[in-house]
Amino acid sequence: MTIPVVEAHGLTKRFGAVEAVTDATFAVAEHGICGLLGRNGSGKTTLMHLLTGQEFASAGDAMLFGQSPVENAAVLGRTCFIKETQIYPESFRVKHVLRAASWVYPHWDAALADELVAEFDVPLGRRMKRLSRGQRSAVGVVVGIASRAELTIFDEPYAGLDAVARHVFYDRLLQDYGVHPRTILMSTHLIDEVADLLDHVLVIDDGRLVIDADADELRGSATTLAGRHSAVQAFAEGREVLTWDSLGGLATVTLTGLSDAEKSAAHAEGLDVVPVSLQQLIVGRTRGTAREELAS
Amino acid sequence: MVGDDVDEGRPIFVQIAEQIEGQILDCVMREEGQVPSINELSAFHRINPATALKGVNLLVEAGILYKRRGIGMFVAPGARESVMARRREAFRSQYVRPLVIEAGKLAITPQQLTHMIEKESEQ
Repeated sequence: MTIPVVEAHGLTKRFGAVEAVTDATFAVAEHGICGLLGRNGSGKTTLMHLLTGQEFASAGDAMLFGQSPVENAAVLGRTCFIKETQIYPESFRVKHVLRAASWVYPHWDAALADELVAEFDVPLGRRMKRLSRGQRSAVGVVVGIASRAELTIFDEPYAGLDAVARHVFYDRLLQDYGVHPRTILMSTHLIDEVADLLDHVLVIDDGRLVIDADADELRGSATTLAGRHSAVQAFAEGREVLTWDSLGGLATVTLTGLSDAEKSAAHAEGLDVVPVSLQQLIVGRTRGTAREELAS
Repeated sequence: MVGDDVDEGRPIFVQIAEQIEGQILDCVMREEGQVPSINELSAFHRINPATALKGVNLLVEAGILYKRRGIGMFVAPGARESVMARRREAFRSQYVRPLVIEAGKLAITPQQLTHMIEKESEQ
């Protein structure tokens, strides 16, 4: 069995009285695009900092390539971590960032980096601190893709990027990933935009891992039924109900684990049977105030 | 994923398989013709390559596509006929049953429904 690229065992991080990450246990296998999804403040960034040894765990272990990442140059050299809050030396221009990256990452593709910089329209000679928020994000994205690191971690990499630039990012990432498969872990709350890129999904809610699943399996796992209250209720009985709304004699319910036969039966009863998107499913699982934010 | 041709919710790999089947039915993809590569499908639909591969593998298992090692994926001879046969089987549950249920809600009798279908077919 191959060693997972990323592993967490009972990983916990407390900041004073606040527990930012609680008992997270999961593994990310080699070669894949894994999404770390959750609302803002759910613990995504803390978890990524723990995984890359930038924070010390209060309890549990984080492992990259089967080793502890803390002060471990061998492991961190195979990892590229792109985060929104990246700080660059005062005098650095865009071209300096790219040159430094070429020294750090053994699989760096300079030609690809140049191509991407042109595509994102980032001025090579400009100082990093003079770039707009979107341009800074674009530089991060360029480094993340062109590094071709065995493990690339993107923490909400698109701050300030407009919809067009974000789609350039998704397209170029997929394109390069297709030719140079590697392991990508990406945190985001723009679930609809990235859902189809992912083959695995981790969902964190209030510091706890609530979903760890194959993206395709997850997508087919929930169904919305709508129709007469009594008929809907009969189907909902004894099942995990993610959402429940009723209006007059009508009800709408989102359920998990309906078989095809049961869906046909619901249909025969005159109920509307609607599949649930990944985003709707995750909103249902991380409910409360999360709803509006994730839906926006 | 790009385009309105792919709906939310259902497993994407199933949708990919159905789309290729649709193109075989419409003769956009011909028997013995080459099918786009996994990376091309992945880039076009903006989906994970593993998902595209799963969709294509559904069709390989069903004998609709076949692999030529080192060259790529091709539409099998007789693929169109077997896609059609499979779709006919699904036609009743996918189209006829919902039609009959909706007709029932609207108090359209089976005779009236039959008449409507006949009229529609004439056009």
